Amino acid sequence: MVKITFIEHSGVEHHVEEKPGLSVMEIAVKHSIPGIDADCGGACACATCHVYVDPAWMERVGGCGNLEESMLGFADTVAPTSRLGCQIQLTGQLDGLVVRLPKAQH
Amino acid sequence: MKSDELDALAEARQRANTIPLADINVCDLELWRNDTKLAYFDRLRREDPVHLHPPEHHRNGAFWSVTRFNDIVAVDTDHETFSSEPAITLDDPMEDFELPMFIAMDPPRHDLQRKIVQPIVSPSNLSTLEPLIRRRIETTLDELPIGETFDWVDRVSVELTAQMLATLFDFPFEDRRKLTFWSDAATAEPDSGMWDVERFDEQFAAVMTDCLTYFTGLWNERVNTEPKGDLISMLAHGEATRHMDPQEYLGNLILLIVGGNDTTRNTMSGSVLALHQNPDQHAKLVAAPSLIPSMVSETIRWQTPLAYMRRTATRDVELGGKSIRKGDKVAMWYLSGNRDETVIEHPNSFIVDRPRARHHMAFGFGIHRCLGNRLAELQLKILWEEILNRFPEINVVGLERVPSAFVNGYKTMHVEIPRRL
Repeated sequence: MVKITFIEHSGVEHHVEEKPGLSVMEIAVKHSIPGIDADCGGACACATCHVYVDPAWMERVGGCGNLEESMLGFADTVAPTSRLGCQIQLTGQLDGLVVRLPKAQH
Repeated sequence: MKSDELDALAEARQRANTIPLADINVCDLELWRNDTKLAYFDRLRREDPVHLHPPEHHRNGAFWSVTRFNDIVAVDTDHETFSSEPAITLDDPMEDFELPMFIAMDPPRHDLQRKIVQPIVSPSNLSTLEPLIRRRIETTLDELPIGETFDWVDRVSVELTAQMLATLFDFPFEDRRKLTFWSDAATAEPDSGMWDVERFDEQFAAVMTDCLTYFTGLWNERVNTEPKGDLISMLAHGEATRHMDPQEYLGNLILLIVGGNDTTRNTMSGSVLALHQNPDQHAKLVAAPSLIPSMVSETIRWQTPLAYMRRTATRDVELGGKSIRKGDKVAMWYLSGNRDETVIEHPNSFIVDRPRARHHMAFGFGIHRCLGNRLAELQLKILWEEILNRFPEINVVGLERVPSAFVNGYKTMHVEIPRRL
Protein backbone atom coordinates (compact mmCIF):
# COMPACT_ATOMS: atom_id res chain seq x y z
CA MET A 1 0.00 0.00 0.00
CA VAL A 2 1.13 3.55 -0.66
CA LYS A 3 0.15 6.66 1.25
CA ILE A 4 -1.04 9.99 -0.09
CA THR A 5 -2.22 13.14 1.67
CA PHE A 6 -4.78 15.50 0.12
CA ILE A 7 -5.00 18.95 1.73
CA GLU A 8 -8.18 20.86 0.91
CA HIS A 9 -8.05 24.60 0.25
CA SER A 10 -9.50 25.13 3.75
CA GLY A 11 -6.60 23.19 5.27
CA VAL A 12 -8.51 19.99 6.04
CA GLU A 13 -6.22 16.99 5.51
CA HIS A 14 -7.19 13.55 4.17
CA HIS A 15 -4.72 10.71 4.67
CA VAL A 16 -5.39 7.81 2.35
CA GLU A 17 -3.75 4.43 1.70
CA GLU A 18 -4.18 2.68 -1.62
CA LYS A 19 -2.73 -0.07 -3.74
CA PRO A 20 -0.10 1.33 -6.11
CA GLY A 21 -1.18 1.86 -9.73
CA LEU A 22 -4.11 4.26 -9.45
CA SER A 23 -3.86 7.90 -10.45
CA VAL A 24 -4.11 10.70 -7.90
CA MET A 25 -7.48 11.60 -9.44
CA GLU A 26 -8.78 8.01 -9.23
CA ILE A 27 -7.78 7.78 -5.57
CA ALA A 28 -9.51 11.10 -4.82
CA VAL A 29 -12.72 9.96 -6.52
CA LYS A 30 -12.62 6.52 -4.86
CA HIS A 31 -12.26 8.11 -1.42
CA SER A 32 -14.70 10.97 -2.13
CA ILE A 33 -12.15 13.70 -1.47
CA PRO A 34 -14.04 17.00 -1.88
CA GLY A 35 -12.54 19.43 -4.40
CA ILE A 36 -11.73 17.01 -7.22
CA ASP A 37 -14.45 16.92 -9.90
CA ALA A 38 -12.78 14.72 -12.53
CA ASP A 39 -15.42 15.48 -15.16
CA CYS A 40 -13.69 13.71 -18.05
CA GLY A 41 -12.83 10.58 -16.08
CA GLY A 42 -9.09 10.68 -16.65
CA ALA A 43 -8.57 11.61 -20.30
CA CYS A 44 -6.55 14.77 -19.56
CA ALA A 45 -9.38 16.60 -21.23
CA CYS A 46 -11.10 18.86 -18.69
CA ALA A 47 -8.66 20.18 -16.04
CA THR A 48 -11.06 19.53 -13.15
CA CYS A 49 -8.60 17.40 -11.15
CA HIS A 50 -6.11 20.24 -10.73
CA VAL A 51 -3.75 19.75 -7.75
CA TYR A 52 -0.66 21.50 -6.41
CA VAL A 53 2.14 19.04 -5.77
CA ASP A 54 4.01 19.70 -2.53
CA PRO A 55 7.33 21.35 -3.56
CA ALA A 56 9.31 18.62 -1.77
CA TRP A 57 7.77 16.09 -4.20
CA MET A 58 7.98 18.07 -7.43
CA GLU A 59 11.18 16.52 -8.66
CA ARG A 60 10.00 12.95 -8.17
CA VAL A 61 6.56 13.64 -9.67
CA GLY A 62 7.96 15.47 -12.68
CA GLY A 63 6.47 18.02 -15.07
CA CYS A 64 3.42 18.15 -17.32
CA GLY A 65 2.93 16.54 -20.71
CA ASN A 66 1.96 18.73 -23.69
CA LEU A 67 -1.80 18.27 -23.58
CA GLU A 68 -1.76 18.56 -19.78
CA GLU A 69 0.06 21.88 -20.03
CA SER A 70 -2.49 23.16 -22.57
CA MET A 71 -5.39 22.10 -20.37
CA LEU A 72 -3.84 23.65 -17.25
CA GLY A 73 -3.37 26.85 -19.24
CA PHE A 74 -7.13 27.39 -18.98
CA ALA A 75 -7.49 26.48 -15.30
CA ASP A 76 -7.74 29.12 -12.61
CA THR A 77 -4.89 29.94 -10.16
CA VAL A 78 -2.23 27.83 -11.87
CA ALA A 79 1.19 27.65 -10.17
CA PRO A 80 4.53 26.09 -11.15
CA THR A 81 3.58 23.09 -8.99
CA SER A 82 0.22 22.57 -10.74
CA ARG A 83 -0.55 19.16 -12.23
CA LEU A 84 -3.63 17.26 -13.28
CA GLY A 85 -4.28 14.45 -10.83
CA CYS A 86 -5.28 12.06 -13.60
CA GLN A 87 -1.80 12.29 -15.08
CA ILE A 88 0.09 11.28 -11.91
CA GLN A 89 0.18 7.57 -11.19
CA LEU A 90 0.79 6.75 -7.55
CA THR A 91 3.62 4.22 -7.50
CA GLY A 92 5.86 3.01 -4.67
CA GLN A 93 8.26 5.79 -5.59
CA LEU A 94 5.67 8.35 -4.63
CA ASP A 95 4.75 6.72 -1.31
CA GLY A 96 3.87 9.59 1.06
CA LEU A 97 2.99 12.12 -1.67
CA VAL A 98 1.34 15.34 -0.52
CA VAL A 99 -0.95 17.35 -2.84
CA ARG A 100 -2.99 20.49 -2.14
CA LEU A 101 -6.30 21.33 -3.78
CA PRO A 102 -7.26 24.66 -5.36
CA LYS A 103 -10.16 26.78 -4.11
CA ALA A 104 -12.27 25.66 -7.09
CA GLN A 105 -11.96 23.45 -10.15
CA HIS A 106 -12.62 25.25 -13.38
CA MET B 1 -45.61 10.96 -22.88
CA LYS B 2 -48.96 11.22 -24.64
CA SER B 3 -50.08 8.29 -26.77
CA ASP B 4 -49.75 10.15 -30.10
CA GLU B 5 -46.18 11.09 -29.14
CA LEU B 6 -45.45 7.47 -28.27
CA ASP B 7 -46.86 6.36 -31.63
CA ALA B 8 -44.60 8.84 -33.43
CA LEU B 9 -41.62 7.61 -31.44
CA ALA B 10 -42.36 3.96 -32.21
CA GLU B 11 -42.69 4.76 -35.89
CA ALA B 12 -39.43 6.74 -35.89
CA ARG B 13 -37.57 3.89 -34.16
CA GLN B 14 -38.97 1.43 -36.66
CA ARG B 15 -37.80 3.62 -39.53
CA ALA B 16 -34.42 4.31 -37.90
CA ASN B 17 -33.82 0.60 -37.48
CA THR B 18 -34.87 -0.50 -40.94
CA ILE B 19 -33.78 2.09 -43.51
CA PRO B 20 -30.39 1.48 -45.17
CA LEU B 21 -27.54 2.97 -43.10
CA ALA B 22 -26.57 5.10 -46.08
CA ASP B 23 -29.96 6.83 -45.94
CA ILE B 24 -29.61 7.98 -42.35
CA ASN B 25 -29.14 11.72 -42.37
CA VAL B 26 -28.77 13.10 -38.87
CA CYS B 27 -28.75 16.64 -40.30
CA ASP B 28 -32.30 16.26 -41.59
CA LEU B 29 -34.07 19.05 -39.71
CA GLU B 30 -37.27 17.05 -39.53
CA LEU B 31 -35.62 14.67 -37.01
CA TRP B 32 -34.87 17.65 -34.77
CA ARG B 33 -38.23 19.28 -35.22
CA ASN B 34 -40.11 16.13 -34.20
CA ASP B 35 -37.46 14.91 -31.73
CA THR B 36 -36.79 11.51 -33.26
CA LYS B 37 -33.03 12.01 -33.80
CA LEU B 38 -31.98 9.82 -30.88
CA ALA B 39 -33.30 6.67 -32.58
CA TYR B 40 -30.97 7.31 -35.52
CA PHE B 41 -27.99 7.99 -33.29
CA ASP B 42 -28.70 4.72 -31.42
CA ARG B 43 -28.46 2.85 -34.71
CA LEU B 44 -25.25 4.62 -35.78
CA ARG B 45 -23.57 3.97 -32.41
CA ARG B 46 -24.51 0.31 -32.68
CA GLU B 47 -23.79 -0.41 -36.34
CA ASP B 48 -21.51 2.26 -37.77
CA PRO B 49 -20.10 4.51 -35.05
CA VAL B 50 -17.78 6.38 -37.42
CA HIS B 51 -20.12 6.97 -40.32
CA LEU B 52 -19.54 8.74 -43.62
CA HIS B 53 -22.47 10.80 -44.92
CA PRO B 54 -22.67 11.45 -48.67
CA PRO B 55 -22.40 15.03 -50.00
CA GLU B 56 -26.17 15.35 -50.47
CA HIS B 57 -26.73 15.10 -46.69
CA HIS B 58 -25.50 18.64 -46.08
CA ARG B 59 -25.40 21.78 -48.22
CA ASN B 60 -21.64 22.03 -47.66
CA GLY B 61 -20.91 18.45 -48.61
CA ALA B 62 -19.84 15.11 -47.18
CA PHE B 63 -18.97 14.65 -43.51
CA TRP B 64 -18.28 11.97 -40.91
CA SER B 65 -20.50 11.39 -37.89
CA VAL B 66 -18.65 10.19 -34.78
CA THR B 67 -21.23 8.96 -32.30
CA ARG B 68 -19.56 6.93 -29.52
CA PHE B 69 -18.39 8.61 -26.32
CA ASN B 70 -14.81 7.36 -26.39
CA ASP B 71 -14.27 8.07 -30.10
CA ILE B 72 -15.49 11.62 -29.52
CA VAL B 73 -13.05 12.05 -26.62
CA ALA B 74 -10.25 10.81 -28.90
CA VAL B 75 -11.11 13.38 -31.58
CA ASP B 76 -11.72 16.25 -29.18
CA THR B 77 -8.41 15.78 -27.35
CA ASP B 78 -6.29 15.50 -30.51
CA HIS B 79 -6.45 19.08 -31.72
CA GLU B 80 -3.38 18.63 -33.90
CA THR B 81 -5.04 15.96 -36.06
CA PHE B 82 -8.54 17.41 -35.79
CA SER B 83 -8.40 21.14 -36.37
CA SER B 84 -11.10 23.62 -35.35
CA GLU B 85 -10.32 25.73 -38.41
CA PRO B 86 -11.98 26.97 -40.52
CA ALA B 87 -15.31 26.34 -38.73
CA ILE B 88 -16.84 24.37 -35.87
CA THR B 89 -20.17 23.72 -37.57
CA LEU B 90 -20.67 21.87 -40.84
CA ASP B 91 -21.29 25.18 -42.61
CA ASP B 92 -18.19 26.55 -44.26
CA PRO B 93 -17.45 30.24 -43.71
CA MET B 94 -19.07 32.58 -46.22
CA GLU B 95 -16.50 33.72 -48.73
CA ASP B 96 -17.16 37.42 -48.47
CA PHE B 97 -18.34 37.51 -44.86
CA GLU B 98 -15.97 35.52 -42.68
CA LEU B 99 -16.39 35.62 -38.92
CA PRO B 100 -13.12 34.59 -37.26
CA MET B 101 -13.64 33.56 -33.61
CA PHE B 102 -11.36 31.81 -31.19
CA ILE B 103 -13.49 28.66 -30.89
CA ALA B 104 -12.70 28.14 -34.59
CA MET B 105 -8.95 28.71 -34.22
CA ASP B 106 -6.12 26.37 -33.33
CA PRO B 107 -3.27 27.09 -30.91
CA PRO B 108 -1.47 29.40 -30.44
CA ARG B 109 -4.01 32.04 -31.55
CA HIS B 110 -6.90 30.26 -29.84
CA ASP B 111 -5.09 30.08 -26.51
CA LEU B 112 -4.06 33.74 -26.53
CA GLN B 113 -7.54 35.05 -27.28
CA ARG B 114 -9.36 32.66 -24.95
CA LYS B 115 -7.14 33.72 -22.06
CA ILE B 116 -8.19 37.36 -22.55
CA VAL B 117 -11.84 36.64 -21.71
CA GLN B 118 -11.31 33.71 -19.31
CA PRO B 119 -11.31 35.94 -16.14
CA ILE B 120 -15.03 36.72 -16.69
CA VAL B 121 -15.81 33.21 -15.41
CA SER B 122 -13.11 32.89 -12.73
CA PRO B 123 -14.31 31.43 -9.43
CA SER B 124 -13.90 34.82 -7.75
CA ASN B 125 -15.95 36.63 -10.40
CA LEU B 126 -18.66 33.98 -10.14
CA SER B 127 -18.87 34.58 -6.38
CA THR B 128 -19.27 38.28 -7.10
CA LEU B 129 -22.05 37.62 -9.62
CA GLU B 130 -23.98 35.13 -7.50
CA PRO B 131 -26.11 37.58 -5.44
CA LEU B 132 -27.08 39.50 -8.59
CA ILE B 133 -28.06 36.29 -10.41
CA ARG B 134 -30.18 35.22 -7.45
CA ARG B 135 -31.96 38.57 -7.17
CA ARG B 136 -32.86 38.54 -10.84
CA ILE B 137 -34.10 34.98 -10.72
CA GLU B 138 -36.26 35.77 -7.68
CA THR B 139 -37.79 38.78 -9.46
CA THR B 140 -38.40 36.88 -12.69
CA LEU B 141 -40.06 33.95 -10.89
CA ASP B 142 -42.16 36.20 -8.65
CA GLU B 143 -43.66 37.89 -11.72
CA LEU B 144 -44.86 34.63 -13.32
CA PRO B 145 -48.60 34.12 -13.58
CA ILE B 146 -50.27 31.37 -11.54
CA GLY B 147 -52.99 29.18 -13.00
CA GLU B 148 -52.58 30.32 -16.60
CA THR B 149 -50.50 29.14 -19.52
CA PHE B 150 -47.40 31.08 -20.53
CA ASP B 151 -44.22 30.57 -22.56
CA TRP B 152 -41.41 29.54 -20.20
CA VAL B 153 -38.82 30.06 -22.94
CA ASP B 154 -39.70 33.72 -23.37
CA ARG B 155 -40.60 34.64 -19.80
CA VAL B 156 -37.80 32.80 -18.00
CA SER B 157 -35.08 31.14 -20.09
CA VAL B 158 -34.58 33.90 -22.65
CA GLU B 159 -35.12 36.65 -20.12
CA LEU B 160 -32.58 35.34 -17.61
CA THR B 161 -29.89 34.58 -20.19
CA ALA B 162 -30.39 37.97 -21.88
CA GLN B 163 -29.99 39.71 -18.51
CA MET B 164 -26.87 37.69 -17.76
CA LEU B 165 -25.28 38.48 -21.12
CA ALA B 166 -26.09 42.18 -20.78
CA THR B 167 -24.22 42.16 -17.49
CA LEU B 168 -21.20 40.27 -18.84
CA PHE B 169 -20.89 42.73 -21.77
CA ASP B 170 -21.99 45.73 -19.69
CA PHE B 171 -24.51 46.17 -22.51
CA PRO B 172 -27.41 48.67 -22.28
CA PHE B 173 -29.92 46.70 -20.21
CA GLU B 174 -33.06 47.93 -21.98
CA ASP B 175 -31.67 46.66 -25.31
CA ARG B 176 -30.84 43.18 -23.99
CA ARG B 177 -33.27 41.34 -26.27
CA LYS B 178 -31.12 42.45 -29.19
CA LEU B 179 -28.55 39.99 -27.86
CA THR B 180 -31.11 37.19 -28.03
CA PHE B 181 -32.04 38.19 -31.57
CA TRP B 182 -28.42 38.24 -32.75
CA SER B 183 -27.77 34.90 -31.09
CA ASP B 184 -30.79 33.32 -32.76
CA ALA B 185 -29.82 34.86 -36.10
CA ALA B 186 -26.26 33.58 -35.85
CA THR B 187 -27.35 29.95 -35.49
CA ALA B 188 -30.59 29.85 -37.50
CA GLU B 189 -30.48 27.50 -40.49
CA PRO B 190 -31.22 29.11 -43.89
CA ASP B 191 -34.47 27.11 -44.05
CA SER B 192 -35.45 27.61 -40.40
CA GLY B 193 -38.17 30.12 -41.22
CA MET B 194 -36.12 33.10 -40.00
CA TRP B 195 -34.73 33.89 -43.46
CA ASP B 196 -35.67 34.15 -47.08
CA VAL B 197 -33.71 31.09 -48.25
CA GLU B 198 -32.83 32.70 -51.60
CA ARG B 199 -31.40 35.78 -49.92
CA PHE B 200 -29.86 34.08 -46.88
CA ASP B 201 -26.27 35.32 -47.31
CA GLU B 202 -27.34 38.89 -47.83
CA GLN B 203 -29.84 38.95 -44.96
CA PHE B 204 -27.44 37.22 -42.59
CA ALA B 205 -24.68 39.72 -43.35
CA ALA B 206 -27.07 42.64 -42.85
CA VAL B 207 -28.20 41.47 -39.38
CA MET B 208 -24.64 40.72 -38.32
CA THR B 209 -23.49 44.13 -39.53
CA ASP B 210 -26.15 45.77 -37.35
CA CYS B 211 -24.73 43.84 -34.43
CA LEU B 212 -21.21 44.99 -35.26
CA THR B 213 -22.30 48.62 -35.55
CA TYR B 214 -23.94 48.54 -32.14
CA PHE B 215 -20.95 46.87 -30.50
CA THR B 216 -18.46 49.20 -32.21
CA GLY B 217 -20.03 52.04 -30.26
CA LEU B 218 -19.44 50.13 -27.03
CA TRP B 219 -15.85 49.27 -28.05
CA ASN B 220 -15.06 52.94 -28.73
CA GLU B 221 -16.45 53.89 -25.35
CA ARG B 222 -14.47 51.17 -23.48
CA VAL B 223 -11.17 51.50 -25.32
CA ASN B 224 -10.88 55.11 -24.19
CA THR B 225 -11.54 54.40 -20.52
CA GLU B 226 -9.71 52.40 -17.87
CA PRO B 227 -9.89 48.59 -18.28
CA LYS B 228 -12.75 47.05 -16.32
CA GLY B 229 -14.27 43.64 -15.83
CA ASP B 230 -16.75 43.37 -18.73
CA LEU B 231 -16.11 41.34 -21.89
CA ILE B 232 -15.92 44.29 -24.27
CA SER B 233 -13.41 46.11 -22.09
CA MET B 234 -11.39 42.88 -21.84
CA LEU B 235 -11.33 42.52 -25.63
CA ALA B 236 -10.61 46.22 -26.23
CA HIS B 237 -7.64 46.23 -23.86
CA GLY B 238 -6.37 42.63 -24.21
CA GLU B 239 -2.97 42.20 -25.81
CA ALA B 240 -4.17 39.43 -28.14
CA THR B 241 -7.48 41.05 -29.06
CA ARG B 242 -7.10 44.85 -29.14
CA HIS B 243 -5.85 44.84 -32.74
CA MET B 244 -8.61 42.59 -34.11
CA ASP B 245 -10.22 43.78 -37.31
CA PRO B 246 -13.98 44.44 -37.23
CA GLN B 247 -14.97 41.00 -38.60
CA GLU B 248 -12.87 39.24 -35.97
CA TYR B 249 -14.40 41.42 -33.23
CA LEU B 250 -17.83 40.48 -34.58
CA GLY B 251 -16.90 36.79 -34.81
CA ASN B 252 -15.77 36.70 -31.19
CA LEU B 253 -18.85 38.61 -30.07
CA ILE B 254 -21.08 36.07 -31.80
CA LEU B 255 -19.15 33.28 -30.11
CA LEU B 256 -19.63 34.84 -26.67
CA ILE B 257 -23.28 35.70 -27.31
CA VAL B 258 -24.21 32.25 -28.62
CA GLY B 259 -22.04 30.56 -26.00
CA GLY B 260 -23.87 32.34 -23.19
CA ASN B 261 -27.31 32.29 -24.70
CA ASP B 262 -28.51 29.19 -26.57
CA THR B 263 -26.79 26.80 -24.22
CA THR B 264 -28.02 27.97 -20.83
CA ARG B 265 -31.39 29.01 -22.21
CA ASN B 266 -32.19 25.58 -23.61
CA THR B 267 -30.89 23.80 -20.53
CA MET B 268 -33.16 25.96 -18.36
CA SER B 269 -36.13 24.98 -20.50
CA GLY B 270 -34.92 21.38 -20.70
CA SER B 271 -34.75 21.12 -16.92
CA VAL B 272 -38.44 22.01 -16.63
CA LEU B 273 -39.35 19.43 -19.28
CA ALA B 274 -37.18 16.67 -17.80
CA LEU B 275 -38.62 17.10 -14.32
CA HIS B 276 -42.16 17.31 -15.69
CA GLN B 277 -41.68 14.06 -17.63
CA ASN B 278 -40.10 12.34 -14.62
CA PRO B 279 -42.32 13.03 -11.60
CA ASP B 280 -40.47 10.44 -9.48
CA GLN B 281 -37.23 12.37 -10.02
CA HIS B 282 -38.98 15.65 -9.26
CA ALA B 283 -40.22 14.16 -5.98
CA LYS B 284 -36.69 13.02 -5.16
CA LEU B 285 -35.39 16.54 -5.76
CA VAL B 286 -38.10 18.16 -3.65
CA ALA B 287 -37.29 15.76 -0.81
CA ALA B 288 -33.56 16.45 -1.08
CA PRO B 289 -32.70 19.86 -2.59
CA SER B 290 -29.03 19.06 -1.97
CA LEU B 291 -29.36 17.03 -5.19
CA ILE B 292 -29.72 20.23 -7.23
CA PRO B 293 -26.07 20.36 -8.45
CA SER B 294 -26.28 16.73 -9.52
CA MET B 295 -29.65 17.33 -11.21
CA VAL B 296 -28.10 20.28 -13.06
CA SER B 297 -25.29 18.12 -14.46
CA GLU B 298 -27.79 15.42 -15.37
CA THR B 299 -29.95 17.95 -17.22
CA ILE B 300 -26.97 19.29 -19.14
CA ARG B 301 -26.18 15.72 -20.24
CA TRP B 302 -29.80 14.87 -21.01
CA GLN B 303 -30.34 18.06 -22.99
CA THR B 304 -26.87 18.52 -24.57
CA PRO B 305 -27.87 21.97 -25.85
CA LEU B 306 -25.16 22.05 -28.51
CA ALA B 307 -25.55 18.73 -30.29
CA TYR B 308 -22.19 18.60 -32.04
CA MET B 309 -18.95 20.34 -32.86
CA ARG B 310 -17.12 19.91 -36.13
CA ARG B 311 -13.42 19.31 -36.68
CA THR B 312 -11.43 19.06 -39.91
CA ALA B 313 -8.74 16.40 -40.34
CA THR B 314 -5.25 17.82 -40.88
CA ARG B 315 -3.85 14.43 -42.03
CA ASP B 316 -5.06 10.99 -43.03
CA VAL B 317 -6.02 9.14 -39.87
CA GLU B 318 -7.73 5.91 -38.75
CA LEU B 319 -10.69 6.20 -36.42
CA GLY B 320 -12.87 3.27 -35.37
CA GLY B 321 -11.53 1.23 -38.30
CA LYS B 322 -12.38 3.91 -40.85
CA SER B 323 -9.91 5.91 -42.92
CA ILE B 324 -10.53 9.60 -42.53
CA ARG B 325 -8.72 11.64 -45.17
CA LYS B 326 -6.95 14.94 -44.76
CA GLY B 327 -9.50 17.73 -45.22
CA ASP B 328 -12.53 15.60 -44.25
CA LYS B 329 -15.14 17.14 -41.98
CA VAL B 330 -15.84 15.29 -38.73
CA ALA B 331 -18.93 15.97 -36.60
CA MET B 332 -18.52 14.91 -32.96
CA TRP B 333 -22.08 14.27 -31.83
CA TYR B 334 -21.96 15.09 -28.10
CA LEU B 335 -25.69 14.43 -27.97
CA SER B 336 -25.06 10.84 -29.03
CA GLY B 337 -21.96 10.34 -26.86
CA ASN B 338 -24.06 11.38 -23.88
CA ARG B 339 -26.44 8.48 -24.64
CA ASP B 340 -23.68 5.89 -25.11
CA GLU B 341 -24.76 2.92 -22.97
CA THR B 342 -21.21 1.50 -22.89
CA VAL B 343 -20.05 4.54 -20.88
CA ILE B 344 -23.18 5.86 -19.16
CA GLU B 345 -25.55 3.43 -17.45
CA HIS B 346 -29.21 3.76 -18.43
CA PRO B 347 -28.33 6.76 -20.61
CA ASN B 348 -31.90 7.41 -21.69
CA SER B 349 -33.13 7.75 -18.13
CA PHE B 350 -33.13 11.09 -16.37
CA ILE B 351 -31.73 10.38 -12.89
CA VAL B 352 -31.25 13.34 -10.55
CA ASP B 353 -28.94 11.43 -8.21
CA ARG B 354 -26.93 9.70 -10.93
CA PRO B 355 -23.52 8.62 -9.62
CA ARG B 356 -20.79 10.74 -11.22
CA ALA B 357 -23.30 12.98 -13.01
CA ARG B 358 -20.52 15.36 -14.02
CA HIS B 359 -19.07 12.71 -16.32
CA HIS B 360 -20.80 13.88 -19.51
CA MET B 361 -19.54 15.48 -22.71
CA ALA B 362 -21.98 18.35 -23.23
CA PHE B 363 -19.19 20.88 -22.51
CA GLY B 364 -16.81 19.17 -24.92
CA PHE B 365 -13.35 17.99 -23.94
CA GLY B 366 -9.86 19.28 -24.60
CA ILE B 367 -8.65 22.82 -25.18
CA HIS B 368 -11.98 24.06 -26.56
CA ARG B 369 -13.98 22.85 -23.56
CA CYS B 370 -16.80 25.22 -22.70
CA LEU B 371 -15.45 28.41 -21.15
CA GLY B 372 -18.66 29.31 -19.32
CA ASN B 373 -19.54 25.90 -17.91
CA ARG B 374 -19.32 26.96 -14.25
CA LEU B 375 -21.41 30.06 -14.87
CA ALA B 376 -24.04 27.96 -16.63
CA GLU B 377 -24.14 25.50 -13.73
CA LEU B 378 -24.40 28.36 -11.24
CA GLN B 379 -27.37 29.92 -13.08
CA LEU B 380 -29.16 26.57 -13.28
CA LYS B 381 -28.48 25.78 -9.63
CA ILE B 382 -29.86 29.08 -8.37
CA LEU B 383 -32.84 28.84 -10.72
CA TRP B 384 -33.83 25.50 -9.20
CA GLU B 385 -33.16 26.57 -5.61
CA GLU B 386 -35.59 29.43 -6.16
CA ILE B 387 -38.13 27.33 -8.10
CA LEU B 388 -38.27 24.80 -5.26
CA ASN B 389 -38.80 27.69 -2.83
CA ARG B 390 -41.88 28.78 -4.75
CA PHE B 391 -43.58 26.27 -7.00
CA PRO B 392 -44.65 22.73 -6.09
CA GLU B 393 -44.99 21.88 -9.80
CA ILE B 394 -44.55 23.27 -13.30
CA ASN B 395 -46.60 21.47 -15.93
CA VAL B 396 -45.51 21.51 -19.55
CA VAL B 397 -48.56 21.68 -21.79
CA GLY B 398 -46.89 22.05 -25.19
CA LEU B 399 -43.63 22.87 -26.91
CA GLU B 400 -42.00 23.58 -30.23
CA ARG B 401 -38.40 22.65 -30.94
CA VAL B 402 -35.73 24.67 -32.72
CA PRO B 403 -35.29 23.28 -36.26
CA SER B 404 -31.52 22.86 -36.03
CA ALA B 405 -29.09 19.98 -35.80
CA PHE B 406 -26.64 22.22 -33.93
CA VAL B 407 -28.74 24.00 -31.31
CA ASN B 408 -30.79 21.32 -29.57
CA GLY B 409 -33.44 23.47 -28.01
CA TYR B 410 -36.92 24.86 -27.68
CA LYS B 411 -38.52 27.71 -29.56
CA THR B 412 -41.43 27.78 -27.14
CA MET B 413 -42.46 25.79 -24.08
CA HIS B 414 -45.93 26.44 -22.78
CA VAL B 415 -46.30 25.69 -19.10
CA GLU B 416 -48.75 26.16 -16.30
CA ILE B 417 -47.89 26.67 -12.66
CA PRO B 418 -51.02 25.61 -10.74
CA ARG B 419 -50.12 27.24 -7.40
CA ARG B 420 -47.42 28.61 -5.18
CA LEU B 421 -46.10 26.87 -2.10
